[in-house]
Amino acid sequence: MASMLRCCSASGCRSAGGEALQQALVEARSRAGAGDGAPVIKAVGCLRLCSRGPLVAVDGPAGSVLYGEVPSARAAELLEACAAPPRAAAARRALASHALDLRHPFFALQEPVVLETCGLIDPESIDDAMAHGAYSTLHRCQAELTPAQVREQVRLSGLRGRGGAGYPTGLKWDTVALQPPGPRWLVANADEGDPGAFMDRAVLEGDPHRLIEGMAIAAWAVGADQGLIYVRAEYPLAIARLRRALAEVQARGQLGSLRLRVRVGAGAYVCGEETALLASIQGRRGNPRPRPPYPAQLGLWGAPTLINNVETLAAIPAILRRGAADYAALGTAGSRGTKVFSLSGAVRHTGLVEVPMGTSLRTIVVTMGGGVPGGEGADGGVKAVQTGGPSGGCIPAALLDTPVDYEGLRALGSMMGSGGMVVIDQATGMLELARYFMRFSVAESCGKCVPCRAGTVQLLQLLDRFCDQRASPADLAQLHDLCAMVKATSLCGLGQCAPNPVLSTLRHFHQEVVSALAVAPGGAP
Amino acid sequence: MSVLTLWVDGAAVAVPAGASLLEASRAANVEVPTLCHLDGLAPVGACRLCLVEVDLPGDGSPTRLVPACSTAAGEGLVVRTATVQLQRFRRMAVELLFAEGNHVCAFCVANGACELQDAAVAVGMDHSRFPFQYPRRHVDASHPHFVIDHHRCILCTRCVRVCDEIEGAHVWDVANRGSHCQIIAGLDQPWGTVEACTSCGKCVDVCPTGALAHNDDTTAEKRAARERPALLRSARERQRWHNQGGPP
Amino acid sequence: MSGAVDEAPGGAGPQRLRLATVWLAGCSGCHMSFLDLDEWLFDLARQVEIVYSPIASDTKIFPAGVDLCLVEGAVANTDNLALAQQLRDRSRVVISFGDCAVGGNVPALRNLWDASPQAVLNRGYMELADRSAQHPRAIGIVPELLPQVLPLHAVIAVDHYLPGCPPSAERIRAFLEPLLRGEPPPMQGAAMLRFG
Ligand SMILES: Cc1cc2nc3c(=O)[nH]c(=O)nc-3n(C[C@H](O)[C@H](O)[C@H](O)COP(=O)(O)O)c2cc1C
Ligand code: SF4
Ligand code: SF4
Ligand code: SF4
Ligand code: SF4
Ligand code: FES
Ligand code: FES
Repeated sequence: MASMLRCCSASGCRSAGGEALQQALVEARSRAGAGDGAPVIKAVGCLRLCSRGPLVAVDGPAGSVLYGEVPSARAAELLEACAAPPRAAAARRALASHALDLRHPFFALQEPVVLETCGLIDPESIDDAMAHGAYSTLHRCQAELTPAQVREQVRLSGLRGRGGAGYPTGLKWDTVALQPPGPRWLVANADEGDPGAFMDRAVLEGDPHRLIEGMAIAAWAVGADQGLIYVRAEYPLAIARLRRALAEVQARGQLGSLRLRVRVGAGAYVCGEETALLASIQGRRGNPRPRPPYPAQLGLWGAPTLINNVETLAAIPAILRRGAADYAALGTAGSRGTKVFSLSGAVRHTGLVEVPMGTSLRTIVVTMGGGVPGGEGADGGVKAVQTGGPSGGCIPAALLDTPVDYEGLRALGSMMGSGGMVVIDQATGMLELARYFMRFSVAESCGKCVPCRAGTVQLLQLLDRFCDQRASPADLAQLHDLCAMVKATSLCGLGQCAPNPVLSTLRHFHQEVVSALAVAPGGAP
Repeated sequence: MSVLTLWVDGAAVAVPAGASLLEASRAANVEVPTLCHLDGLAPVGACRLCLVEVDLPGDGSPTRLVPACSTAAGEGLVVRTATVQLQRFRRMAVELLFAEGNHVCAFCVANGACELQDAAVAVGMDHSRFPFQYPRRHVDASHPHFVIDHHRCILCTRCVRVCDEIEGAHVWDVANRGSHCQIIAGLDQPWGTVEACTSCGKCVDVCPTGALAHNDDTTAEKRAARERPALLRSARERQRWHNQGGPP
Repeated sequence: MSGAVDEAPGGAGPQRLRLATVWLAGCSGCHMSFLDLDEWLFDLARQVEIVYSPIASDTKIFPAGVDLCLVEGAVANTDNLALAQQLRDRSRVVISFGDCAVGGNVPALRNLWDASPQAVLNRGYMELADRSAQHPRAIGIVPELLPQVLPLHAVIAVDHYLPGCPPSAERIRAFLEPLLRGEPPPMQGAAMLRFG
């Protein structure tokens, strides 16, 4: 096998100088005379440990090594490290301080399913993707199975929507497929707006053909002949790569009569909500509407519409290739398979982890993530873990052994959400954190319904009083009441979940709330 | 036409399939407060005043809160419209509305003919527990006949819908997000400069508050005609117009 | 409620409740409406002793041991605030009397102007003055404006709310009659509740 340098070309490493490094490698190779044996330099998707970017994986006769934070000036040595063992050894020794230990739990405990070829293939080359099996599952499904059999496999796999709510994917596909005859639409939700979430971006930037293959299978299984990928405008690289991938795959005729296009959002978080997303696609204001009717019944231009998250769809090719039972063997009874998490915040190893559902928070955050930088003890200095972004909540260190699945997190007053996981250190005030998320909800509320539009504003002002030590016991009661009201009466998930960060703080960090009360209760405002 | 039977506050009612829970409640002589809904306009489920509790028949799934105006009645549903919790939530919603705008009923054109004022009475609001926000909004008096005072707008979007759905002019829309939302005319321009406006006055007729008014009306002089969309819609559907004779 | 009442209400003879009425930042309309109670005022006078009121008493200092205190007007300046706190300390039952006390109402419209009281004063006394524009500054005599005009319950605990701008005489009477009997006022329906 030819030796190869896999340069991470995803957004994380780009922001750390990845492009310059790749350029330096190309130049160093041509200086060294790019003969037949010269290593291949390949741009790939996220190599997981984004905090150490730019990352380069060196695959040579002397084995594979991953290097991080490599300055462009060391390009020649990286090339050397690809050579045969005697020559590579010196270079590898010189680069030793940049080598990342692939046996570290951060890498060793990963279970790549969705990300199985992310980091291996060149996302801008359909040939490379196909060499790694892209579209073979699609063709096999179309040749060997009926759409109903495909849906059955998805149902049996136990896959649940990765967009946040965890709705059973197979059931949703059946609902769309079984609507009265007529046109159907398929939409991939790539709006990924939660602060601290970048799982979908990794798929879009690192393995767009996997999403497209998943969409093609879904479209075939539910009888849709048109599809859209709704991508947030803040992901320019993902958009470019998706467009390129779509052009290539359509030019090759891999998708048959299915037409897929990219739609770029306009910067509203709420447009990730499915009914707002549909309105936005149709050129209307991105406001949610009451459900039912669900998009599966009444979606784009009145047609039944299947909406799935990027990660949900990207899991499909692997599920159908490996078989439903094989996939369902991963994870827990209620939450099958694997989940990609984006680990960030006060954690030593920031990046992407894909692990089986049911992996404990401690394993993800402390064992794999390495805990808080400089943190000590069994909890690695972790004070809490925020999951589910502005819709979720904080889980205190005492509950780190909680298995991460839909029901487990919900029972603790948080949410799986889309997979953002933000580690909180001891220095962070939980009320300030709750206020940060409330500010987000205030700014992102679409303004349609009263509890969310006006209620979150009042909640934010109440939190201000706590953060400034001006709050009275009456304010605390008001906070409880208003959280309950906004949660119960808001129209869409944004408002319904906006109180969650506050409620989880009230529940798990009550002491912090009480000690934030004004010294003399009821002091004048 | 098939008929559904359901229970509203303990009373059995039969309604035609496709009826909303609001219509079912009315059939049971139960009044559910509403603000954004108006008969004759498409429901939007925005104000959340009409939320009711619903148990799905016999499946033991948890009670859900749904907007009566925009939820279809279902066979065997058990609907409760006035639980203690609903009453608390409704009062909070009305307080939030008062707190987010600038309402001084005493010198409002709609004083005495305002659905927000009535809603406050209906939910038993004697004061707002939420601090008033005093947003700085503006008044647009550029139209030759009408005026919009944004301070009193509750963003119910009735004006948007009536102008779009009934008049077909689509003069109004909503701009911005969250608490910065605002009703805009045309492309966010003075109302009087919007050529699409036919000056039909329907938006003024349906506005629940004193936000939209005839510009020669002063304090407490607003006379709303909120039944107009329903009359027009049914007249159009049945092709029957009172002023053109024909069978009633 | 806060502020224990030391003296027993009333004096010798039939025990009469001690009633105070207070005028903060309001137009006095609520008090005028109170006077519209006409002959019922005689009934009232048999049941209460008016111990402090801009319309029925010359007392300048808010007395201790008040049973019922009707407060008209919002809290707009330092005098309003001090009096509000004092009346709360010295009254058993405090009533927000009229829309200004209940919600800020007209006086609170200045909150829409600009965050600073100075800007409000400039507008009122300088920019809009036809002649002899001058700031009403007399330290110790003219109270300072608060940054925001507030409803009464934003600064002290309030026991009852009587909305209306002004509350009609009928509404005031329907509110006071049960209260004087020690019963909760029937705060329901448009006749009792409607703002404006
Ligand atoms: C405020 C809000 C934002 C959302 N944002 C996203 C998002 O960015 N991406 C996503 O896939 N789903 C998002 N969702 C969930 C979608 O509404 C929808 O449930 C999901 O796309 C369905 O796909 P799934 O079944 O594969 O999870 C959001 C929901 C809400 C309420
Ligand atoms: S909950 Fe918030 S985001 Fe959702 S519809 Fe209501 S206002 Fe819009
Ligand atoms: S719109 Fe209604 S609630 Fe607002 S000030 Fe006018 S009458 Fe009062
Ligand atoms: S007057 Fe008629 S046309 Fe003009 S904005 Fe109102 S509803 Fe639309
Ligand atoms: S102007 Fe009137 S009708 Fe239009 S949204 Fe505002 S309150 Fe509703
Ligand atoms: S972006 Fe390069 S490792 Fe994640
Ligand atoms: S009337 Fe139903 S939500 Fe407004």
